This record gives sequence, C-alpha cells and structure tokens, in this order.
Amino acid sequence: MLNRQGRPTDVGEPVEAIPETFTGNRALIIEEPLIFESGRPEVTGVDLPEAPKVAHRLGGLVRSGPIGLPGLSEPEAMRHYVRLSQKNFGIDSGMFPLGSCTMKHNPRLGEKMARLAGFADIHPLQPLSTVPGALDLMERLAQALIELTGMAAVTLTPKAGAHGELCGMMAIKAALQARGEGHRTVVLVPNSAHGTNPATAALLGFQVSPLAARDDGTVDPADVLDQLTPDVAAIMLTNPNTCGLFERDVVRIAELIHQAGGLVYADGANFNAIVGKVRPGDLGVDAMHINLHKTFSTPHGGGGPGAGPVVLSEALAPFAPVPFLRREGGRLILVEHDFGEGVSPFGRMAAFHGQMGMFVRALAYILSHGADGLRQASEDAVLSANYIKASLADVMSLPFPDRPAMHEVLFDDSWLEDTGVTTLDVAKVLIDEGFHPMTVYFPLVVHGAMLIEPTESESKASLDLFIATMRDIAMSVRRGDIARFAGAPHFAPRRRLDETRAARTPVLRWTKPVAE
Amino acid sequence: MRYLPLTPEDRALMLARAGLGGVDDLFADVPAGKLLGDLPNLPPSKSEIEVERLMGRLAAKNVAAGAVPFFCGAGAYRHHVPASVDHLIQRSEFLTSYTPYQPEIAQGTLHYLFEFQTQVALITGMEVANASMYDGATAAAEAVLMAHRITRRKKAVLAGNLHPHYRDTIATLSRMAGDELVVAPPAPCGAERLAALIDDETSCVVVQTPDVFGHLHDLHTIAAAAHANGVLVVAVVTEAVSLGLVAPPGAMGADIVVAEGQSLGNGLNFGGPYVGLFATRQKFVRQMPGRLAGETVDADGRRGFVLTLSAREQHIRREKATSNICTNSGLCALAFTIHLTLLGETGLRRLAELNHAGAVELAERLAALPGVAVLNKTFFNEFTVKLPKPADAVVEALAARGVLGGVPFSRLDPGHPELADLLIVAVTETATAEDRGAFVAALTDVLAGGEGA
Repeated sequence: MLNRQGRPTDVGEPVEAIPETFTGNRALIIEEPLIFESGRPEVTGVDLPEAPKVAHRLGGLVRSGPIGLPGLSEPEAMRHYVRLSQKNFGIDSGMFPLGSCTMKHNPRLGEKMARLAGFADIHPLQPLSTVPGALDLMERLAQALIELTGMAAVTLTPKAGAHGELCGMMAIKAALQARGEGHRTVVLVPNSAHGTNPATAALLGFQVSPLAARDDGTVDPADVLDQLTPDVAAIMLTNPNTCGLFERDVVRIAELIHQAGGLVYADGANFNAIVGKVRPGDLGVDAMHINLHKTFSTPHGGGGPGAGPVVLSEALAPFAPVPFLRREGGRLILVEHDFGEGVSPFGRMAAFHGQMGMFVRALAYILSHGADGLRQASEDAVLSANYIKASLADVMSLPFPDRPAMHEVLFDDSWLEDTGVTTLDVAKVLIDEGFHPMTVYFPLVVHGAMLIEPTESESKASLDLFIATMRDIAMSVRRGDIARFAGAPHFAPRRRLDETRAARTPVLRWTKPVAE
Repeated sequence: MRYLPLTPEDRALMLARAGLGGVDDLFADVPAGKLLGDLPNLPPSKSEIEVERLMGRLAAKNVAAGAVPFFCGAGAYRHHVPASVDHLIQRSEFLTSYTPYQPEIAQGTLHYLFEFQTQVALITGMEVANASMYDGATAAAEAVLMAHRITRRKKAVLAGNLHPHYRDTIATLSRMAGDELVVAPPAPCGAERLAALIDDETSCVVVQTPDVFGHLHDLHTIAAAAHANGVLVVAVVTEAVSLGLVAPPGAMGADIVVAEGQSLGNGLNFGGPYVGLFATRQKFVRQMPGRLAGETVDADGRRGFVLTLSAREQHIRREKATSNICTNSGLCALAFTIHLTLLGETGLRRLAELNHAGAVELAERLAALPGVAVLNKTFFNEFTVKLPKPADAVVEALAARGVLGGVPFSRLDPGHPELADLLIVAVTETATAEDRGAFVAALTDVLAGGEGA
C-alpha cells in the first residue's frame, strides 16, 4: 500500500534472516570507537583562555613531548558517552536481581541534594567555622545509623564496604592490642562469606580459619565452639548470610565468642533485609559496616563510589579512626588530631572525612522513608524474595528449602543436572529476556549458585514477569531446547566475551597500532 | 511511600502465595525478643519538598567555595567541571549500573574504563593503570603493600613532604599489618635526603611531587639510589592537573604512580567521593590491586571488553588476594575520563598553564608583603608561605573577611609547632585576578592587625 506521495504504509513482506548492516550498527545500538581512534590531539571541548606569559617556576621539570591524549569537541563527546551508556544495563533499565548487591531504586532526590553548592562545593580543609551545616548533616546521618543499628558509635570515614571491613577489623585489632592480647591472630570466617572478609583479615595479618555451615545453611554454635581456641581474635559473620538466611543462632555465637575473649564483626552487606526490624546491637555485634550504596541507595555508579560507615560497640568505640565528630558545649566539632582523653583512635583510613556526597544521598533516603518507610522497605524486600522462592520452588532447586529466605533467595544448579545447561547459560538467557541476571556462582558453598535479590523496588507485575520468565526457562531446560542457551545472549550489544583470551594475553590499554 | 510499588493487596496476595500467615513469619528466624516494635527516634516519612527544605537549610549554612575568593588545596582542588560531565554521569545506565560482572550488558562501563586506564597510563608516563581506587591516600597505601609483595620486603620509607594524611593512612595500614615504616621529617624548603634512609631491607620509597608544600621533585636521583638497592619508587601526585605541564613520574623512574584524580571531573564534595589513580609497569601487573578492564573479542569476533586478571582479586582468591578492594570509584572515574576527553592534549596543557600562571602571579604578590616569605623555588599551582603569625589564626581572620585563603600546615600535621606559621596556598583557573587581589588585600589587612586578626 502506498500513500499519495508514494510512501509505503504497510510493513512489507516478512524476512527470514536479519541482514548485516554496513556500519555494524543496529539502530539504537551504535558501534563506538575508542577515543584514541576518534579523537585528535588538537581538538578540545573546553574553551580556555591563553595563559598569560609568566616566568615559570617549574625548574627543569617541564614536560617534554606530547602526552598522546586525544580530544573531542562537546558534541562528539556527548555522542560518545551517550552511545556507551546505551550499552549498559542499570536499575532504571529493568529488574536487576543481583544477589548480595541490593540493586534497588536510586531516588533522584539524592542526586539533587548532593549537588547543592553547600555540600558539593565545600573543601575538606576549609575552616570548620565555615561548614557547620556539613557537620550537622554528618551528625544527623550518624544518629540515624546508630538508631537503626542499636550500636554505641559510628565512624563515617570508610569509603566502601571492604574499606569498612578493614576499618572494623583494625578497631578489633587495636582493642585486642590495648588489652595486651595481641596473640589473638585467628579470625573465623564462614565459607559462605564474601571474598572481602578473608581478604581483609589476611591483609591485617590475621590467620583465616574457615567455618563450614551446617546442613540448613547457617553457622552452628557447636562448630564455633570447636574452633574457639585462645588465639581467636574475632568472627566475621554476615547476617543475613549470603545464602539469604538469618543466622538464627547469632546471639549464642556472639556469646560464645565474647566469653572466649573475642569480638564479633558483622558484614552488613545484607542489612537491607532487617533495617528497622532487627538491630545488630541487640545481637551482640561489636562492629558492622553499612554499605550506603546498597542499603541506603546512594547509587552503585557502575562499581562505586560507595561508602562504608562502621557502627561500633562500646568496646570498640574508643578506637574509631580520625576524623570523627564530637559535641563540645553544644557545638559540633570535627576531631582531626587532638582527640583528648578516653579515646585512642587506631589511625586514619583515607585522605579526608569520608564520602560526603554519599552521606547526603543516604540521609535524603533515610528521611524520605522515615521509620515507617524503612521498615516497610525491609518487609517488602523480604516478602518479594519469599514470593519468588515459593513461585519457583517446583521448577528450580533450593539447597535450603526449609528456612524462610530473607531479602534474597539462593538456588543451586541441581535442577540443571544432566541437561547440558549451566548456571551461566541461564544468566545469559535472562539477558536476552531483558533482565539483569542474578548473582551466579556465589556463594561458593553450593554448586552453580543463583542468588536472587529482587529488592523492595519491584512491582508485583515486575516480579510476576520475572517468575514467568524463569518458569519458561525451566520449561526450555526440560524440553531440551539447548539452542536457546548455547548462543545466548543473542540480543545484547555483544555476544559472550572471551575471558580466557583477555586473561592470557592481557590488553589493558590502547596502544598506537604499528603502521603497516 | 513513593519508592515502594507494592500495594497492601499485593502484599496480601504474595504472603498467601508464600504460604505465610503474616509479615512476622518472614522473620521467624530472628531470635525471640529481638524483633523491633518501633524506631522511636526516627521521624516518619517525608515528602520531597520537606527533605529539600531541611537539606537546603543545612547546605546554606556552609560557605561554598564558589561564593568567595578561594585558595584551598592540599590534596583537593577546585577546578571548573564542564556542564556536560555532570550531565553525562547522571545517565541512568551509568549511574544505576553495577560492577560489570555481566560484560555483554556492561560494555559502556568497560569501554570507558579501558579508555580511563589508557589516559591514566599516558598522563603518569606508565605502562598500565587500573580501573580506580577509593582516593589518592588509599591508593598510596595499596602501592606500599604492592611493593612489599614484589620485593618480599616489609619496610617502606616515606618522604617527609608526603601529604600528612597520606602518611597517616599508610602508617595505619602498615602498623596494623605489622610492617615497618621509616618516615622522614617535613622539609618545608623542599630539599630531602631520602637516599640515606634506604637500605637493602627497604621495599619502597614513597615520594610526592608536587609535594605537600608544592615543591616539584626530579625523581631521577632517588630512583637511581632506590633501584641500586632493589627498592621500588612509589610516586604520589595529589594534583592530577599538574601532569599536563610537569614531567610525569613515569619518565623519572617511578615504578608505581598513585594519584588523586579528583581535580578532573570531580567536585570538592567536602572530601569525597574522589578517585584514586593507580599506574605501574607492565611487569608488575599481576601484583596490582583493584579492577582491570581488558580487551577481548566476543563469539562473533567483535571487539569487546571484560574485567580481567581477576585471579588477583578477593572474590576469587579470598585470603590470597592482592587487595580486599571490591567497589571502587567507577562513576568518579567516568567523570575524570569525560573531563580529560573534553580537554584533550591541548586543553589539559592550557588548563595546567593557566593554573601555573595564576599561582606564579599570586606568589610574587604575596612574597612582596612585609613579613611574608614564599618558601618555594619550584611549584605548579600551589606553594607555601611563611607568615609572621600562626597560620590557623590568619586563615580564620581571612574567612571572617570572606576569603578562604589556603590550608595551614598545622591543620594537616599539628605535630610540628615550628611549622605553625606555614600556609599552603593553591591557585586554580577558578580564582580570578579579582579573587587574587582580594586575597592579597585581606591578608595585608590581617597581617597589619586589622579587626579580627
């Protein structure tokens, strides 16, 4: 059918194969060169005046020769980065049930507040008399974190979860040394822990003693007792753990550790399950980091920046690193050096006071939710995980079916046994279906792990579509529809990437091609 | 609550499907008596307008750098960030994505990280760089640990003119890890004798250029002395813009270069988030901490990027990892790389020249004031002045006159009372000639004993 100008108005005949394009582009997915291939050294996207001629003070240290940096004009740069962004999947793109990472909605109010000049454009070393509002904000966040965790104190400075772990374990080491118990060198770490836990302990010279879980996926106090030698410094316990289970004997475990003279570090990566419902301070925890980028939704930003404030018990509070806030005669001050009596900070974690930009976003999140909203968010997160669990239990396999899931539910790959389909295949098919895959092959304690964390941000319709998709995938597995899995993803900007080649001959930067 | 899509009806249906009688059944594994009834000290939920009102009030109590003549540096620098940078980093697909574990749908992140790594390697004069660290100080601490791994030695030597907060960050980790540290005293006039502190048990010597007082250092001599003893040179740069004009550490014998990348693309943010740069030689790459993006091909043979060499990392190696780092500074690295791409070779050099020219002009004017001496022979955009009064009091008096006039050395390190009259002054392209004039006038007034001095 043609209209009066000769323009076709119907869809034409269906075609069998999708043709290759001349450019390699596929409509909205546009192939993008590296800036080193498209940019030119003489082009700049920033107009700057010529510098006045001065008698330079660089000694003999003027850079000689070109750096080799390409430049792009502003329109070229906009296209480059917008096209790159279109090759990424974010929370705003679709459901992102990446277990243990808490990919929840990122409120844009936080972005707006963090960009207020009074927060974004203040220097960490300008006189403290010129930043009372910043200190006030930090104190409000600190109070909220203390309220939510039931702990004695909080240090805001750590810059991410693993940095918080380092901070908490340093506080533990300092406290033990202060007691004259530096001989305590063993740290108990359950096998299901994040890799950061053993890495952190080892970094500080602790010897990691792995702790196996009992059949139901949680730590058995009897096993802790077995390993509780006089040289145990601490246990690093993730609660809820990475199998998505609440460590129901946590109080007993903490008692045992304390009776033996050790301390309890809690990995708070999964705090989102229990905010407003359970306080770590009521469970015997001595230190716990809080991933503000997870639980309080300061964005993940493609791998940071995060923030990892650490809440501390009475026993550890005196050892918190500098700088920290203190009220003196009603006035809020930032203690950077002269910390006074009764405290003995173990040192310093980073150049400045912590991730202020993340503090603003986290406080905006906490105030927006309020006590009622935070509790509801935790309940919804846990409910959504249990809904998924119940809806998929008959077609997938649950290594720990008997206990309620917390904010995430763990499946293993026994439902895939002898089918030729792997956990990785399932993940890649989910990409084709428009979802970000779940966390795969972690935790290490079950085979072919699939850890699904829906968060509280998904509507029931969204959860139902995910469940229906997973059930359809399970049916494909049963039917032996291997083609669906083998080549997946078919529709992503790239097919499966050769990671072996990348590791065997690492190419970690662009280099100028040798002229032929 | 505006962020929660589930309705009460949804929740009831979902509980029923899960075979649960009520919400409390979800938390059945919480020990008896530990489930909270209430959070009495947190207010109920607030609308956007209420939160904005409260936060706006807090923000308004602070003196924003852009509102006044501003000369603070000492590890954080106020540069102009092009509007397009902040726009681009707020693209949802960058802002709300995660560490690129599924490379097929994270090519955007991996592609810019590969470009970032290349840019960092180029400006530092090194062969390879990683995908970022938390900040310059933590990058420096990781560099020391890396040098220990490479040399199998446990002693680091720190220059006295290393930023005291970097020194303290390294010292904290070294002490906690049981490693040895030798720290030289500050040398405000710039000359340090570090070679004498090196011996055959030393793993690395950590030097900063421009240093905390602003002096530039030719690293060739210390590098020769270090390498003769099998010692690595870790070079620290806290002002990345300097690399547009000053010879890079990689060209002067550095083995590891760490830097604070905040200057490009990232605001002051009261100290964070910032972005640590980490570069080294190809032969040390497997001892590097942090994420690395690498080039490869997909099943159709098309170029693509993945995270690689993860056998170094905690999620694979656990207690045998090169570092415990996981989340780094991805979005700040994006801001850095966009800004540097916009600048390009020409823009970066011009930006650096503008900074230097402004600093030279102000240094000359301050040196002419009675009782004031500029300690630097060399500097980039930051220098140190010796004042006839304690610098902290002068800075407060300047602030009272509406000028944020630099950082007293005593703010960084109060352990040296003899250095309490030193003021570190940074001049970037954001300080106008009028701003510099206002600084000179205010300082003249303060030193003359004007009111509030």
